[in-house]
Amino acid sequence: MGAGHSHPLHVHGHSMVHRMAPHVKLLALVGFAVAVATLPVGAWWAFLGLAMLLAVALVAARLPPRFVASRALVVLPFLLSALVVPFVASGHDATVGPVGYSTEGLAAGLSIAGRALLGVTASIVVAGTTELPRVLAGLERLHVPQPIVAIASFMLRYLEVVAGELGRMHAAMTARGHDPRWLWQVRPMAAASGALFVRSYERGERVHLAMQARGFTGHLPRLHDEHAAPRDWIVATTWAVAALAVTVIATVMA
Amino acid sequence: MNTTGADRGSSRDESAQAGPVVEVTGLRYVHPDGTRALDGVDLTIERGERIAILGPNGAGKTTLTLHLNGLLPVQEGSVRVAGMEVADHLSEVRRRVGLVFQDPDDQLFLGTVHDDVAFGPANLGLRGQDLEERVEQALAAVGMTDVAAKPPHHLSGGERRRVAIATVLAMEPDVLVLDEPSAGMDPVSVHALAQVLARLPVTLVVVTHDLPFALQTCGRSVVMDRGRIVARRDTGSLLTDNRLMAAHRLALPFGWGRRSR
Repeated sequence: MGAGHSHPLHVHGHSMVHRMAPHVKLLALVGFAVAVATLPVGAWWAFLGLAMLLAVALVAARLPPRFVASRALVVLPFLLSALVVPFVASGHDATVGPVGYSTEGLAAGLSIAGRALLGVTASIVVAGTTELPRVLAGLERLHVPQPIVAIASFMLRYLEVVAGELGRMHAAMTARGHDPRWLWQVRPMAAASGALFVRSYERGERVHLAMQARGFTGHLPRLHDEHAAPRDWIVATTWAVAALAVTVIATVMA
Repeated sequence: MNTTGADRGSSRDESAQAGPVVEVTGLRYVHPDGTRALDGVDLTIERGERIAILGPNGAGKTTLTLHLNGLLPVQEGSVRVAGMEVADHLSEVRRRVGLVFQDPDDQLFLGTVHDDVAFGPANLGLRGQDLEERVEQALAAVGMTDVAAKPPHHLSGGERRRVAIATVLAMEPDVLVLDEPSAGMDPVSVHALAQVLARLPVTLVVVTHDLPFALQTCGRSVVMDRGRIVARRDTGSLLTDNRLMAAHRLALPFGWGRRSR
């Protein structure tokens, strides 16, 4: 089966987290994200606690560490900007060598970095264990309005088709000597984008006809009965509640 | 092979009425931009028949197929499927007439092959185990069971075409209408497709200008030109009628016509 290469964010597998119903995972992710976002600045033991909960999820999902590490690199810009915070924050009250910095700013910077890393890694666990069509099924299950889910699924399906069309148009231009190097040579590409829009619009009409031909009357049938086992709910809820509890305790103590 | 397919097709349908399965009379259609696409089409298709609609580009072939499924409003004339006026029985007609579009990317719009095949029968109200059985049967009929979990854009052109046919077969139609099914496919895939079609127990309408493919899949053919049906005969004798072929911008591949004359 081709599930392994269906999407660069997904890792094919059969772990407990892979099998869990998508809407349960999404709810647990939201709970964890709220816990991470509302952690008080400087509550380091709480950050450590959430990191340990995340580690449990990572082990349970059996995602390759290299995969997780490479995907987590997207937070790098946030980490870099967080590093700057201690030096630009007001009230320098400590120094490293000749450079003054703010201890309050240092705590703030580290908190930003920690939140970004925790949040992104948790998303990687969900994305890495759930194929995108199942994510959409989960969203539908969570009563996200159907037009929004439908738009997301059409984008997912036709992204490569439209990208392929753009690629062919680009090849056709290159074959006739178009070799843009400077910004003012962008005109033909802009014209091509217009043509691409018209083509995509016409495709939309043809897809609609093909849907009508198979009995579509304006309502997409629910094709996946994503059943959540009671065990899924218990495990995911315990995990998310533990994360929220860490934050609540840290907030009370701060 | 054709006759067995046809026999099974007629015996499968308990509701088989005496009349023809498709009956088009005096159908005219003018596109919104003023182009006359159909100019008085009369066409009768009997149950179990396998018929090719041949004709040059712009002859009105695709416009005619869209009418068979009620996707274009009848402006003048009438279209009946199993005795029912199409406009009055849209959902029933769409169940009975399965339309496979020219570009499989238009037909396959969901995230996985399984979901696309399930879409039609789910619209008919099937759920759960019944739905899964339909999907399995339809994919098995075109030999594509292995790709159920794949997203459509990871399939080859030939595979996509076969899955597109499965999406329609899953609705268990009486009539299968294919628009240019061999377009853009390599010869081996075209041959495999013809064999798949020969096994299907349905009335078959193939719109094409691939004449060898028409000969392989359909016993009878009609020639369409400028919105009218200008000839109707068995496919072999029609393709060897050089005068008729030339008059309607149809031609066998180089070397074929001479040999078969």
